[in-house]
Amino acid sequence: MSDGETDDDADDATGADGSDAAAADGGAAAVDPEEVRHVADLARIDLDDDEVERFTERFADVLAYFETLEEVPEVESEADLTNVMRPDEVRDSLSQDEALANAPETEDGYFKGPKVS
Amino acid sequence: MATEYNGYITTESIAGADDGPLGGKTVAVKDNISTEGVRTTCGSAMLDDYVPPYDATVVERLKAAGATIPGKTNMDEFGMGTTTETSAYGPTENPAAPGHVPGGSSGGSAAVVAAGDADMALGTDTGGSIRCPAAFCGVVGIKPTYGLVSRYGLVAYANSLEQIGPIAPSVEEAAELLDVIAGPDDHDATTRDNDGATEGLADAADGDVDGLSIGVPTELVEGADEAVVETFWDAIDELEAQGASYHEVDLPSVEHAVEAYYVIAMSEASSNLARFDGVRYGQSGGYEGNWNESFANAREQGFGEEVKRRVLLGTYALSAGYHDKYYKKAQDARAWVKQDFDAALADADVLASPTMPVPPMEMGESLADPLTMYLADANTTPVNLANLPAISVPAGETDDGLPVGLQLVGPAFGEKQLIRAGSALA
Repeated sequence: MSDGETDDDADDATGADGSDAAAADGGAAAVDPEEVRHVADLARIDLDDDEVERFTERFADVLAYFETLEEVPEVESEADLTNVMRPDEVRDSLSQDEALANAPETEDGYFKGPKVS
Repeated sequence: MATEYNGYITTESIAGADDGPLGGKTVAVKDNISTEGVRTTCGSAMLDDYVPPYDATVVERLKAAGATIPGKTNMDEFGMGTTTETSAYGPTENPAAPGHVPGGSSGGSAAVVAAGDADMALGTDTGGSIRCPAAFCGVVGIKPTYGLVSRYGLVAYANSLEQIGPIAPSVEEAAELLDVIAGPDDHDATTRDNDGATEGLADAADGDVDGLSIGVPTELVEGADEAVVETFWDAIDELEAQGASYHEVDLPSVEHAVEAYYVIAMSEASSNLARFDGVRYGQSGGYEGNWNESFANAREQGFGEEVKRRVLLGTYALSAGYHDKYYKKAQDARAWVKQDFDAALADADVLASPTMPVPPMEMGESLADPLTMYLADANTTPVNLANLPAISVPAGETDDGLPVGLQLVGPAFGEKQLIRAGSALA
């Protein structure tokens, strides 16, 4: 795969223009390491280099298989759905201590999280 | 009590009420179902020390029915696997076929029942995770109609597909357990009241198949292993001898069920598993850098390879530019599968196929190639896509002594038909 193609694929996953990505692809399911890194970034999962290599290889197989969904016709479905409502009333819930019990760290009755920036 | 085949992750015993319909019975619980005060790992290092502050609805119902819970059973991490080899707590070995996998993802639940270490067990079935291990371990498993059993307290993998259900040595015992856990729950708005159609399930286990009409979807038999097909037809012959009749049916849509299932399940998983950020529970990613870096670190450490793979593929399938191509087409396929099943069940009481197209794999055989593992779910995933109930009953063994399961699929809330038909065999 040339460098030029690599850049195109990475742009597709970034996903500014949906129709282009689906059309340009034309059934070729290959992904490159940059695309895997980009998706991992979206999913908030760090990957080491070995993992990137393995996932790149395996994703091609799985995505090629997913491509066969192209053969599925459009299907009209009438979902049998009903809204389930309940009165908006105060009910018992977990105490603050119980809710915090599994947190790796807490402070002054709050969850302690990393910096938001 | 730990088992030599690694059936349990945790063996802390939970006592039930003094008596009830399950009084004196032990019911093992899959480790993705919340138990108050007893750790619930989902087979993941991420939740190694997670202790739920509340009981799942099904656990409350087990305790009220007098059952004792002997422990939490081993499983593929977050239910993502067909062999129970993706567990962070090591694989479970199949007690009915040593050296082989017990199936998955509820492999621990089927194994402890097959070994006689628990009377019954609860599993969960998102794409076959009750029926596959039941088939591989030579026991009975029921995947209930979507909406029959509350999912409150079940750690979500793919909400639109999964149900909690029973695993037991016989159809009658599985039905007894399903009787206890079934029914509407205020805490799960997808549960349904179905006018008593599913009350008294155990009474339906009378083995009466006289006049039963069985449809056999050719697509679900043709691709199966020869030894499996042979055992399957022997079981159909036995049902025929007891007064049932069969005819072949076509379900062209099921050729696309596995890919539709995996696109939908992985997409839902990528969203559901976003909650594991190491702040409210799970392993902290530390406090260096910004929150994205911290979360990404927590998830790199806490998730195993198959979970990462599915979250990444699900994220990819939902990302801009790919949503219509994968997720939307998968929903079309899901609707098509549902229509095909409805049509086939208009002319048959139940549909029969091998539960799994292959006998139990040898341990370590399938992990290296995820796609091969996914394809083993060809016969079970269509049922989840169609929201229908299904049962796996032992059909016999291959010449090599490996268990083979027969799957029966019925109409929505038609569990009694499945229990009646299945009880003719087990």
